[in-house]
Amino acid sequence: MPPVSDQPALRCDQLHRYLGADEGRVHVLRGVDFTAERGRVYAIVGPSGCGKSTLLYQLGLLDRPDDGRIWIAGELMSGADDGLRTAARCRHVGFVFQFHFLLLEFTALENVMLPMRKLGRLDPAAMADRAASLLAAVGLVGKTGRAAAHLSGGEQQRVAVARALANEPTVILADEPTGNLDAANSELVFGLLTDLARQNGQAVVLVTHNPEIAARCDEVRPMRDGQFIR
Amino acid sequence: MPPNLRIALRFLTARKRSMLMSLAGIVFGVGFFIVTQAQTSGFEDFFIHTILGTNGALRVEYHIQTSAEPDAPAAPPGTRVSSDGSIQDPARVAAAVRQFDNVSGVALVLQSEVDIVSSAFAAPARIYGVNLDDQLAVSDLGRQIIRGDLADYRRAPNGALLGSTLAEWLHLGVGDTFTIEAGDQTRRYRISAIYETGIRDIDKERVYLHLDEARSLLQRPGAASYIQVSLFDPDRAPEDARRIQTVIQHTVSSWQQREKSWLEVFRALRVSSAITVSTIILVAGLGIFNTLALLVMEKTKDIAILRSMGYTRHDIARIFLWQGLLVLVLGAVLGCLLGAAGTWGVSRLPIRIRGIFSTDSFVVSWSVWHYVEAVVTASVVVVIASLVPARRAARLEPGDIVRGTAQ
Ligand SMILES: Nc1ncnc2c1ncn2[C@@H]1O[C@H](COP(=O)(O)OP(=O)(O)OP(=O)(O)O)[C@@H](O)[C@H]1O
Ligand SMILES: [Mg+2]
Repeated sequence: MPPVSDQPALRCDQLHRYLGADEGRVHVLRGVDFTAERGRVYAIVGPSGCGKSTLLYQLGLLDRPDDGRIWIAGELMSGADDGLRTAARCRHVGFVFQFHFLLLEFTALENVMLPMRKLGRLDPAAMADRAASLLAAVGLVGKTGRAAAHLSGGEQQRVAVARALANEPTVILADEPTGNLDAANSELVFGLLTDLARQNGQAVVLVTHNPEIAARCDEVRPMRDGQFIR
Repeated sequence: MPPNLRIALRFLTARKRSMLMSLAGIVFGVGFFIVTQAQTSGFEDFFIHTILGTNGALRVEYHIQTSAEPDAPAAPPGTRVSSDGSIQDPARVAAAVRQFDNVSGVALVLQSEVDIVSSAFAAPARIYGVNLDDQLAVSDLGRQIIRGDLADYRRAPNGALLGSTLAEWLHLGVGDTFTIEAGDQTRRYRISAIYETGIRDIDKERVYLHLDEARSLLQRPGAASYIQVSLFDPDRAPEDARRIQTVIQHTVSSWQQREKSWLEVFRALRVSSAITVSTIILVAGLGIFNTLALLVMEKTKDIAILRSMGYTRHDIARIFLWQGLLVLVLGAVLGCLLGAAGTWGVSRLPIRIRGIFSTDSFVVSWSVWHYVEAVVTASVVVVIASLVPARRAARLEPGDIVRGTAQ
């Protein structure tokens, strides 16, 4: 077996996913093939309801496919047990949700520290330092101690991006990470993600409705009715 | 601090009010549990203490005829049960009993039903003929004197010790005289002292006389109805009773055996009060269950976020278990403090009881076991109450949750 670092950050093969039960059963993902190489930024675009979020949940190991296979850092994860998939999420995946971002009882800083606490590689002081610098990188310098509930939608989204980066994941999966942001902050977040991908060799997969953002990615994959059309 | 505990603490604050209600339930449940146990077992201990201090731990009675072994080591040969049920040659039996290692004192008692007549009143009673020094060794009689003087009794051959209730009925005080009618004998005695054990059944009928005087009054020279035995460790009484009985071939009964019906009443009382009070804990447990079940529903999205960053099913279960545990620990500690304070307060309550017992304040017993029982009850209830929602939270699939929110 080749060394793990030679493997793509993420790969999936003929993913199928049905949602709903009985008459309401929908074939949401209809055989998706996708590879995300290290150091590259991918945009998934497509009309609302075409299955972008559904695909991202599959790739982020939050949901299991009905058919097809998924590898993360070379490890086959689609059929792995819950423990292995959970460990892979901790170590390899940074996920930014489309809608619900943070644990509202915690401060911004604590939210960013949550994945680090689970991974347990750094001591608490180093975790706090790293969390603070990530928050600074997304433009939240003075707001690290603020309760997440008291942050605006855009601020929460940026904290979520910082949190997704916390464990230096192999792949970052972000569902419209700039959806709630103004032009300047969109630029800041997008710039941070692309810089990281290039410097650290992380793969970044974005879902976006913003054509300008999509145009600046290394690769754009348009999606329609549960399939990539290119 | 483990990350799960940290998250649990924050989630607790999300439902502060209902958690505080559940906490209060645990505190009061544990506290009341302790106070009621302290009270019921306080009365039980008081009863046992008094019974031991009055009737001794063991009572040796008549000879066992059927299984008599002539060469049993300490059995006095030739002993027979006499027609009136008294022990023959009691001094020898007493000497044999004294040889056993847990035995701390032995006293002969001659007992009989008599009638007591004072100047204006009459009452049935029982005389107990005892050797004062032997009786003091096997009982708390010395400490039970409330009026008069034992020294006076020791000097007066016609002295008598009366129970407080009996003396009250007969309107007699220290120094007064009364007559005892037994068979065809009538003799006059003088009250040297009045005792009170606190158990009404004893205080209303017992009259202590000197053993020789009782023997002469009843015309039973050298007789004893039974031998009262005190033990260093009264808890060993049932085993010692069996052992001594086998060796000396006389019926030996322990205090646990003699007072079985009362002891069972106390036990039933203690158990029923424990069950009653446990319902408070149970209701608090339901509150915790309710709160946690609601919290799990409220926090499904947070659960999905935590799962997405690598928190395992066990982590999620622990986050909710921790919350129950935190309420439990805080509730148990505060409940024990409340229980201790309540027990102390109750023991100060000036309450005059004149029933089966007489006492001037609530009798309480301080036992660490009441605290252990209360905490164990609360722990079982709270752990079960938190386990169910915690397991539900752990079973939630992140995929199902996010689809619910992903519109
Ligand atoms: N539980 C479900 N039962 C049936 N159909 C479902 C279920 N959940 C989602 N779908 C359908 O799956 C399709 C894909 O949904 P998905 O959320 O992936 O779309 P999307 O591309 O992310 O859209 P958007 O851009 O609006 O976020 C939609 O047509 C949706 O209606
Ligand atoms: Mg979507």
